[in-house]
Amino acid sequence: MKARFVEVSPSAGEKQEERFNLWLKGEGIPFVDDGAKAAYQERVALLKDAIQLRKPPARVPVCPSAGFFPMQYAGITMLDAMYDYRALGKAWEVYHKDMAPDAYNSPTTIVPGRVLDILDLKLYQWPGHGVSEEREYQYVEDEYMKAEEYQDLIDDPTAFFINVYFPRVFGSLKPLTTFPLLPPVNEIPLVPPMAMPFGAENMKAAMDSLKTAGEEALRWRGAVKEIGERIMGGGYPAFSGGFTKAPFDVIGDSLRGTKAVMLDMFRRQDELKEACERLIPSMIKCAVAACRASGHIMPFIPLHKGADGFMSQEQFSTFYWPSLRKLIVGLIDEGLVPQLFAEGGYNSRLEIISDVPKGKVVWWFDRTDMKRAKETVGQAACLAGNVPLDLLCTGTPDEVIDYCRELIDVAGRDGGFILSSGAGIQGSKPENIKAMIDFSKEYGVYH
Amino acid sequence: MTESLVRALVEMQEDEALRRAKELLDQGSDPMTVLEACSSAMEEVGERFEKGEYFLPHLMMAGEMLRQISEMIKPMVRESRSGVGRGRVLIGTVKGDIHDIGKNIVVFLLEANGFEVRDIGIDQPAEKFVEAIREFRPRVVGMSGLLTLAFDSMKKTVQTIEEAGLRNEVRIMIGGGQITEKVREYTGADAWGPDAIAGLKLVRQWTERTA
Repeated sequence: MKARFVEVSPSAGEKQEERFNLWLKGEGIPFVDDGAKAAYQERVALLKDAIQLRKPPARVPVCPSAGFFPMQYAGITMLDAMYDYRALGKAWEVYHKDMAPDAYNSPTTIVPGRVLDILDLKLYQWPGHGVSEEREYQYVEDEYMKAEEYQDLIDDPTAFFINVYFPRVFGSLKPLTTFPLLPPVNEIPLVPPMAMPFGAENMKAAMDSLKTAGEEALRWRGAVKEIGERIMGGGYPAFSGGFTKAPFDVIGDSLRGTKAVMLDMFRRQDELKEACERLIPSMIKCAVAACRASGHIMPFIPLHKGADGFMSQEQFSTFYWPSLRKLIVGLIDEGLVPQLFAEGGYNSRLEIISDVPKGKVVWWFDRTDMKRAKETVGQAACLAGNVPLDLLCTGTPDEVIDYCRELIDVAGRDGGFILSSGAGIQGSKPENIKAMIDFSKEYGVYH
Repeated sequence: MTESLVRALVEMQEDEALRRAKELLDQGSDPMTVLEACSSAMEEVGERFEKGEYFLPHLMMAGEMLRQISEMIKPMVRESRSGVGRGRVLIGTVKGDIHDIGKNIVVFLLEANGFEVRDIGIDQPAEKFVEAIREFRPRVVGMSGLLTLAFDSMKKTVQTIEEAGLRNEVRIMIGGGQITEKVREYTGADAWGPDAIAGLKLVRQWTERTA
């Protein structure tokens, strides 16, 4: 088999330009007036200059991660936001209007509760469904894939997801255990056995729940699209336009769980590595499709299990980084700019993750030393981050301003920097968010 | 005799460690000797963690090996050693937060080091902490939380413990994803730790000082 996703293809730069232009044009966005359109394009230009590392942008773009903050700010519960799309839209608009960050965070992470209800999702607990009304949804750790199932995943990831994983994580989709294996269905005697499972009563019910969930998801998407148009129409580009994950995190977060994947690094080394490799193409395609649909250039990639402390340097270079780097290269080949959100600390990884093509990636840090990040990764990639959540939640506006000043001096030197929060800003004091944004916009001007 | 067991445990060689433990027990070794070997191996693992040579996966694997060896030994001893001598620790994840991996590692380390631990689980309101303090009478209370919403829950729990008149009887430590000195100050806890070993150290310090 030929080696894929190792070297960036020669056409990647050209494709990136095309995608930037598409994003910059903002076609289809109902701008309120020419001024809004110009503001939108100025903001895209700030981000483009910061990302490409060719010249400093006019000023440091300020793009915190809204997280679940807008609900708290608008005084609505998480339950309201997940079930009442109008309430969600209102909260989102108020947050963006009052705080005026340089980019709009799409509320696509505020998933519709009814879709989860209908499918009976087991992976998470959500408001009114395991956690209280005002709380955010939270992940339920478990071994959704058993240790001895690695080979099945490697043999055919799609079949494994349909026949084994979905029936476990969606209560309403248990009958998918009988979903036919597809590659054999290429000869006439294999057509009737392929059709049979769909005639069974329980499978019909499962298909019905998918249909109902799909209709609800479409209603939600319509609402989210409208919210986006209203906010973007005011002059704010979206900060990201798609979602994917590092292959190791797919396995470590949602298939095996934290404890099991850590033990697998000792017990099932080869299978774990092979499974990560096997997932790369799907994780690339997922981000490409989403960015194509949104006309955006940056897929958001939250990184979890590779943080400082979660594994040794040797384990990081063996299990985590190889497949993540291929994912990054695969996305760059498509002209996309991976937005890698390294939550937690990444201080011990800075050297190794500097091995990315120049001006084609955003590395967004949380509890990482930004001075060292600038000296290392910052030479190859645009940095984002990292106003800490403890400061935003418990500090004062003056303390926040002091932090932002130093951050811009250090990480913002010569461009290549987007000022952001270290994580989703839920729990922050509104006056701290305002101070962070207002001060940084003014102080971050390049002369 | 137990040296090869200790080495296998420290070097994360699970199969070898289990084989060696079984061999020792089959040959009639005192189960307590095997357990002591495990303890000294865990100490070495802890030291490597502190030096930055070992990380969470190593602690998980050490815990997993220890669990399996304890299970081999359980039928052989009437009463497993209890940690009453070293002091009691109450631990739980605060209200609103359902994360427990960090907490579980702290529990494992404390137990491996001979402390008596009561783990009240996840999403525990302040009142549950108070109730458990009254019942269990711990020297140390550990609160865990990964999300920022845990800051307020921790603060509330500390306040509730204070209002119940129990604040002077316990030392309170907090830990989890976004916890820092600033958060400790905000919540009114006595100390915080960036990782599980730091939690163990705090408990050691406090139980020695007040014992």
